[in-house]
Amino acid sequence: MRRLPRKDAVIIGLGWTGAIMGWELCQAGLQVVALERGPWRDTASDFNIGTAPDELRYGIRGELFLNNSQDTVTARNTVDQLALPIRKWGSFLPGNGVGGAGVHWNGHTWRFLPSDFLMRSHYLQKYGEGVFPENHTIQDWGVTYDELEPYYDKFEYLAGISGQAGNVKGEILPGGNPFEGWRERAYPTPPLKMQHAQNLFSRAATELGFKPFPMPSGNISQAYTNPLGVTLAPCTYCGFCERFGCANYSKSSPQTTVLPVLMRHPGFEARVQCEVVRVLKSADGKTATGVVYIDAQGEEWEQPADLVIMAAYQLWNVRLMLYSGIGRPYDPSTGEGVVGKNYAYQANSAVNGFFDSSHAFNHWAGAGSLGITADEYNGDNFDHSGLNFVGGANINCTSFHARPISARPIPPGTPRWGSAWKKATRENYGSFANVGSQGCNMSYRDNYLDLDPTYKDRLGRPLLRMTFDFKANEERMSAYVTDKMVPIMRAMGAKQIVANPKKGPWNVVPYQTTHNTGGAIMGDNPRTSAVNKYLQVWDMPNVFVLGASAFPQNAGYNPTGTVGALTYHAAEAITKQYLKNPGQPLVQA
Amino acid sequence: MTDARTSRRTLLAATTALIGLSGTASARTVHGLPWTSNEVYPPAEARPGPWLFFTADEAAAVEAIVDRLIPADELGPGGKDAGCAVFIDRQLAGPYGRCEGMYMQGPFPPNPLPTQGFQSSVAFASAYRQGLAALAAHVGRSFGGRKVQQLSGEELDRLLTSMEKRETNTPEFNASGLFDLIHNNTMEGFFADPIYGGNRDMAGWKLLGFPGTRYDYRDVIARPNRRYELPPVSLLGRPDWNRGGRG
Repeated sequence: MRRLPRKDAVIIGLGWTGAIMGWELCQAGLQVVALERGPWRDTASDFNIGTAPDELRYGIRGELFLNNSQDTVTARNTVDQLALPIRKWGSFLPGNGVGGAGVHWNGHTWRFLPSDFLMRSHYLQKYGEGVFPENHTIQDWGVTYDELEPYYDKFEYLAGISGQAGNVKGEILPGGNPFEGWRERAYPTPPLKMQHAQNLFSRAATELGFKPFPMPSGNISQAYTNPLGVTLAPCTYCGFCERFGCANYSKSSPQTTVLPVLMRHPGFEARVQCEVVRVLKSADGKTATGVVYIDAQGEEWEQPADLVIMAAYQLWNVRLMLYSGIGRPYDPSTGEGVVGKNYAYQANSAVNGFFDSSHAFNHWAGAGSLGITADEYNGDNFDHSGLNFVGGANINCTSFHARPISARPIPPGTPRWGSAWKKATRENYGSFANVGSQGCNMSYRDNYLDLDPTYKDRLGRPLLRMTFDFKANEERMSAYVTDKMVPIMRAMGAKQIVANPKKGPWNVVPYQTTHNTGGAIMGDNPRTSAVNKYLQVWDMPNVFVLGASAFPQNAGYNPTGTVGALTYHAAEAITKQYLKNPGQPLVQA
Repeated sequence: MTDARTSRRTLLAATTALIGLSGTASARTVHGLPWTSNEVYPPAEARPGPWLFFTADEAAAVEAIVDRLIPADELGPGGKDAGCAVFIDRQLAGPYGRCEGMYMQGPFPPNPLPTQGFQSSVAFASAYRQGLAALAAHVGRSFGGRKVQQLSGEELDRLLTSMEKRETNTPEFNASGLFDLIHNNTMEGFFADPIYGGNRDMAGWKLLGFPGTRYDYRDVIARPNRRYELPPVSLLGRPDWNRGGRG
């Protein structure tokens, strides 16, 4: 192993969190190196109009995703089962390469509700202990919405998010989300234009008493130059968004918001195709001294650094902590330990509507976060008394792109092949619409991550093992919210309605969502959390762990907005406090 | 085009690396924005010609099957004329057939949970080879020594139905697994970009009314709920744009 010259900071992973943190640290004058195990990717070189709209290549074969042969997880539903490797991604799709999953995401950019950050104390105070599900490990975040508001703002203005504010400094504005937490100012760009399905949904939901509003979108409605001086271009509604790179510079991503300036910063360099295999520790185990990584030729390198930023995807942050002996591993039999604890996901549901052929939904013309949302049944926006569950879901009518290999809905009972299939496929392709829900997922004692005893990656290291299932709380929540979606679809005019509330067991095959959370959770107590409110490891103060791995449980929204806010919150704590007194905890245990 | 770009394209085309780039690319340190315009390699166009993976008998059986899964009728061409068998052949001859990029390390326990997904040690190309051989044997036994491609449409429909419904499964022949594999790949071929050998003349897209790769629908968004009249476009353009009539 060869030893490289010391850096002020090493960043593991160059996606959203690594790019934002890299920029903030370079601005503070640090010498920073980012190590990214995937390839270099950029708009002009990799996401080209002549190659990008290719469903087979990107949507089905998954060229932008991490290869399972490089790294995967083993999965099971319960602790008494044998976990087996996910051999090809299905339920979730981790990214790979510069930009991470921020390259192929849809762009839904939410703020969590103020009560989401007080998931334990808010519900306890309002409903009493009995409202919590069996075996739950629900915790407060250790940070409040009010504390995070400036950092949500910073991320939204970096990314140019298109939306309609609902609550500016406490004033409820028409057309926005009346339930959202206060915001200092409106979104940087106006909402996207809507399609026929969204127009039907808006009208139907309003008639039924909902207050629908445009989904906040990382597909940008108009040209926008962000505070770093990087310009995004207007979305063309091409229909190739999630799973694809954007060839129009219209989707917020590290490539379209940060990297153009970060890559030119003299304090920054990126090494790609370089996989960090462990974080090195001092002899007393109290400090990280750098990382070891392997390059594409198999050479092993030591990169010493004063500050170690773990900015990989949620799963891989947790795995690297377990490999490196950072934080005490979680033990589900005792409930002790913190690393791997509170893995959670997202409990989504759908109501499908088949309409008569007079409708031309034209779903192939759309954007990843083109949609209308109603938030009446999310979080604690509704009274949970007597409902026997906590949390909720947002209700959305989004454009689903109707890419032809994967999205040709036909009514249940139709044959899967032959002339009858062909006829039904033709008849329903243009006259189908969908209303979905993005549901919360609480944390439980026996939903967790650890290292697999059997299966190894290509370097001989144990794979991460995921033990997860949807529990009664999520099934009851999903059934309740899905029941509220059906009348909307009926009012939209569907002639046949099929409701699919979330039910266990969790299956690794059908795509559900790439919103994996927890495993290195934040909190106010080192006994029950891995990192403090600044994402600093409690017992190793020069290591910060960014991303959705910090969520103590998951809310009824997509995670990226909160991931961005937490990253800016951590970056400011590092540059304004930590660097004045390096190596010290920012919060006393 | 510079030599460096040519060699990168040549290398990538030679490996037909749809996935699995990490094996061929090399580690590097990046300063600034090191892009070369249009560096991304286009997929290699699947061209008509000899079978790359199938034997003549296998190809005839698969062509017969894809033409029942998607029959030619008043709504348009069937799976065979749309090139679905060609698509499957080219896919099986490439990284997909070898399950490149998938996690293929053992052990492979015999009874995975239904929630655990694909758990076979047999890559897709081998699964076709073994499955089609078992199907040929089954058909020979059940249909008086005939081959799949010699069955009538009605007979083949009945066979495929029984395979789909798991009625033909035996310890030696995972008939429903073979059905699902062929069904999945046939649909991929019928609806993927024609550059991969199926969806010939964009027959699949025309069936649906999918306009393809136009990439800018601001005109459509400006006028919701209007029927779209323009014909589809693929990564190869349109047949009438190309002298050779491809696409």
